[in-house]
Amino acid sequence: MEKIYSRPRSLRENPTHYCPGCGHGIAHKLVAQVVDELDIREKVIAIAPVGCAVIAYDYWDFDCSEAAHGRALAVATAIKRLRPENVVFTYQGDGDLAAIGTNETIHAANRGENLTVIFINNAVYGMTGGQMAPTTLLGQKTATTPRGRVAQEGLPLKISELLAGLGGVKYVERVSMHAPAEVLKAKRALTQAFQNQIDGVGFSLVEILSPCPTYWGKSPQKSAEWIRDVMIKEFPLGRIK
Amino acid sequence: MAKITVDTQNCKGCLLCVAACPRGLIKKDERLNKKGFNPVKCVDAAQCSGCCLCAVICPDCCIEVYKENT
Ligand code: SF4
Repeated sequence: MEKIYSRPRSLRENPTHYCPGCGHGIAHKLVAQVVDELDIREKVIAIAPVGCAVIAYDYWDFDCSEAAHGRALAVATAIKRLRPENVVFTYQGDGDLAAIGTNETIHAANRGENLTVIFINNAVYGMTGGQMAPTTLLGQKTATTPRGRVAQEGLPLKISELLAGLGGVKYVERVSMHAPAEVLKAKRALTQAFQNQIDGVGFSLVEILSPCPTYWGKSPQKSAEWIRDVMIKEFPLGRIK
Repeated sequence: MAKITVDTQNCKGCLLCVAACPRGLIKKDERLNKKGFNPVKCVDAAQCSGCCLCAVICPDCCIEVYKENT
């Protein structure tokens, strides 16, 4: 029998530190598959975030750099401007991209840097213990909103829609990790976002709704159902720009 | 003819593949692996169509899929 599905070349054998059912593992695999399929493993440079994915460079088998919390797009801008022949992408969570790094995110987008951005939205701060993130849903219980988030603490920040309004931004799509069919759609969006950079199109962002079973207090399957039934009502899937 | 193999020592027992398999062929193994998780196993290999949906959702790349070349 022929092997038709296995670990992509760009994903190391190292077992990840992610919790069971965490969406980061699926997203890492997709990135590695897309890098392999576009045959850019020798050209790609990833910028890892601060957050649960802080040691993504231990998992991907291509060049990576780390950035201070929220500053991935500033580091990516520098690398891409100095090495335009490379394919540079950031991989950032909601705390990184949409809270601490909002400034860098908005300005890199507004400058229309020719970068690929992978934005993991799990509506919570994972690594630091499950505190409220800007993307936390109203009513969602977190370590810092034990009775559920209220509007006074801000509405869930729709950073993708916000960025789509900027002239420098060329492509924005929101996808999800909650079912195999959605994962396959996410892969197509990631392929587009990388191809855009190769073609010189400009700033491209894929937002991935990703389960954090640990801090959602749900099993992996219940977390997937929560995305399907609750989260995508607040963060609708599909092409935004 | 198709089959899957599971890397039982690295499986974290999230069971997302159990829900993903359209034929319900994947089940939790009651034995623990070295990490203390209950990995999964394919209970009826003869029924596997090689659709890959279990492997697609696996966050830990623990499932490989094989299919007869027809
Ligand atoms: S805390 Fe949440 S985001 Fe972090 S590894 Fe665990 S499940 Fe994933």
